[in-house]
Amino acid sequence: MVKLFNFIDRKSPIHALTGASKLACMMCWIFAAMVTFDTRYLIFLTVAAVALFQVSKIHLSDVKVLLIFTLVFLLLNNALIYLFSPEHGVTIYGSRTLLLHIVGRYTITSQQLLYHLNVVLKYTATIPVVMLFICTTQPSEFASSLNRIGVSYRISYSVSLALRYIPDVMKEFHDISLAQQARGVELSGKAGVFKRLKSATSILMPLILSSLDRIEVVSNAMELRCFGREKSRTWYREQPFLRNDYLAFICGFVLIAVSLLLNIPNGGRYWNPF
Amino acid sequence: MSSPIIQFENFSFQYKSQAEPTLHNINLSIYPGEKVLIAGPSGCGKSTLASCINGLIPFAYPGEQSGSLKISGEEAKDTSIFQLSKTVGTVLQDPDGQFIGLTVAEDIAFVLENACTPQKEMIPRVKAVSDKVGIGHHLDHAPDELSGGQKQRVSMAGVMINDVQVFLFDEPLANLDPATGKQAIELIDQIHRDTQAAIVIIEHRLEDVLWRDVDRIILMRDGKILLDSAPDQLLSTGLLLENGIREPLYLTAMRYAGVNITPEILPQSIRSVRLSEEDRRLVRDWGAQQLPAPAPEPGEALLSAEGIDFTYENGFHALKGVSLRIEKGELLAIVGTNGAGKSTFSKVICGFEKPQKGVLKFKGQDMSSLSIKERADRIGYVMQNPNQMISKSFIFDEVALGLRLRGVAEEEIARRVEETLKICGLYPFRKWPISALSFGQKKRVTIASILVLNPEMLILDEPTAGQDFRHYTEIMEFLRGLSALDITVVMITHDMHLMLEYAKRAVVFSQGQIIADDTSANILTSPDIIRRASLKETSLYDLALMCGAEAPNRFVQHFIDYDREARTHG
Repeated sequence: MVKLFNFIDRKSPIHALTGASKLACMMCWIFAAMVTFDTRYLIFLTVAAVALFQVSKIHLSDVKVLLIFTLVFLLLNNALIYLFSPEHGVTIYGSRTLLLHIVGRYTITSQQLLYHLNVVLKYTATIPVVMLFICTTQPSEFASSLNRIGVSYRISYSVSLALRYIPDVMKEFHDISLAQQARGVELSGKAGVFKRLKSATSILMPLILSSLDRIEVVSNAMELRCFGREKSRTWYREQPFLRNDYLAFICGFVLIAVSLLLNIPNGGRYWNPF
Repeated sequence: MSSPIIQFENFSFQYKSQAEPTLHNINLSIYPGEKVLIAGPSGCGKSTLASCINGLIPFAYPGEQSGSLKISGEEAKDTSIFQLSKTVGTVLQDPDGQFIGLTVAEDIAFVLENACTPQKEMIPRVKAVSDKVGIGHHLDHAPDELSGGQKQRVSMAGVMINDVQVFLFDEPLANLDPATGKQAIELIDQIHRDTQAAIVIIEHRLEDVLWRDVDRIILMRDGKILLDSAPDQLLSTGLLLENGIREPLYLTAMRYAGVNITPEILPQSIRSVRLSEEDRRLVRDWGAQQLPAPAPEPGEALLSAEGIDFTYENGFHALKGVSLRIEKGELLAIVGTNGAGKSTFSKVICGFEKPQKGVLKFKGQDMSSLSIKERADRIGYVMQNPNQMISKSFIFDEVALGLRLRGVAEEEIARRVEETLKICGLYPFRKWPISALSFGQKKRVTIASILVLNPEMLILDEPTAGQDFRHYTEIMEFLRGLSALDITVVMITHDMHLMLEYAKRAVVFSQGQIIADDTSANILTSPDIIRRASLKETSLYDLALMCGAEAPNRFVQHFIDYDREARTHG
């Protein structure tokens, strides 16, 4: 069974942080990396992210699937950028250093290469941090973290409910699809795309119906236990903020601040060495 | 006497979407500390009554009501579902669906979290309550690491933690195997003694609930209260069977033997029953009678499994060298606890899983090269919940689906579908939308949709789960009819009545192996197998011992044969 959240329980300073500070820090980190196109700063963020990964004692093999997924996405993203605008970098940096002419409008320029490098660095600077958050945060703590950073507890709890029921629904999907295959519904590659889409409805219908049943039970069970009575709620699994949590917050804000301040010497979001 | 904690006075209720009231003129008082069982066939209004007590009616399911319902002295409709839940704690039927938290501790703490209880206070309270229900060592477990019985304990703890005055159990036995069900009844009894709260149990499995004493039984039918009396009184009348509820088997046997059942002999449970020497003789002699036993005809093997071994990807060794021979036209029960391997075995037969070792032969032919679809032409698989199979809006289309996917001509489809609908007793409904059918009828639609493919063997997962006695009998008689048409019927079940009454032969799985393959009567009278398979001894066995019958297993077998005769010939 595929697990959506893959919490890996190990002892490390990262694990010890509260979910809320990790979430806040991750969002600051992503924001900082998204805003800037300063290659130097992105390299710094990448190195820092990889270092944190070391600190957390999470191994590459733990996140293999996610890693491959991201890599494919990264390649696709770069390929598309090049395909649609092979001289995007030239427009941005306002100069053109031709290295190689391939065919038609497809050329290789230093500016375009730098631009691609920036895109790659954005991935490498953020993805490790996201993975860190996923692997070191207890699912139970996730909802309370969201609530702590200001999201309404009803919305936060729905995230927790999704984590709770998605594996059940997936198992049900699997069972239904087997039973329907036994009746002759073809889901393998042997059938055409259109036919397969049509077949999919014969699985979705029962899945939706039985999910509706489930939702009724869950919502009754929650109401019978007073969910939604008060304006706020407490959380069984919530950790108090410690010194490291405050440090993490400060780091997050510093990262954003640096990212924004770099706009001044760079005269915009791009660092232009040309 | 103190004032009632629950008081219905001339109470009627009609759901918004329905033309007729579901509850008529209910008068019922339940006092603090009482233990009450509410019984009745499906659709009698017992679940609606429960929803009125816990406030789902009218707050989640609106409708029209008249008369009065007071919970702890306050008119229920003027309060709120939240306020009511401080008095009434509900344990719903489905232990999986109501498990809300990501771990045991969080689920137990759920109601406290919602009441803004400080964390410091929650942790010790959760610990204390979880220890009371015996789940204290599993606080960090996720729901998928727990058994059905353990999940139910968590639900109980989640209600107990709120110090309620009424515990409401909605069909607590529906999803549990017999041995776990027995423990659940014991636990409810313990909660009753420890908390002094009132207990209301809604259940149609009377014999199982009466394993521990109750003060009163409320018998319901068609939205009315038919009888409100002590168990001994009720069991001495014939009202149960008349109203579609199964009476305890030991009482049926005593009736067959000619014992006069009166409140004085304390018929409430097999442990309380007092039989005179004369009555014991009656029972003993009756059990020793010989009925002309149908000669066992050696059947031709339809499916044979040899040394099937299967391990899941996660390393769970589910089947350990299983060998089994299933005969043509047989009605076979496969029993065992969750995780014993019975479901995996059926998946292997259907081709959903490939065994690492062993051979499966169908009519002597190796099946390993057959695809899921090809196997389905010979072996049909019916899931437990019909809602998981139905994908069309109309009965005809649903039953025709398999044929259409196999490219059969429309005329041929029409002929075969109609024929199948007739066999399944669904022909009068052929133009109906499926949504208008009852649960039992939906179940038959799913069986019809498999049957139309002309399989020689049917595998059914819990064919009668959640059915009352009448629907149970309907479905089972139908399956028996199929087996008379030479279709082999294999049932995976927890239901011991089903085993006893319909399966000539039962196969018991335990930890991936077959530990018994025998007649149902023999299995349900052998304590060792019962313990290992989490089954429960039938009360007939205890009756046989009590009356000094020579061979308890023959006594049970005699009951089965006699009961079958009695029921077919009225």
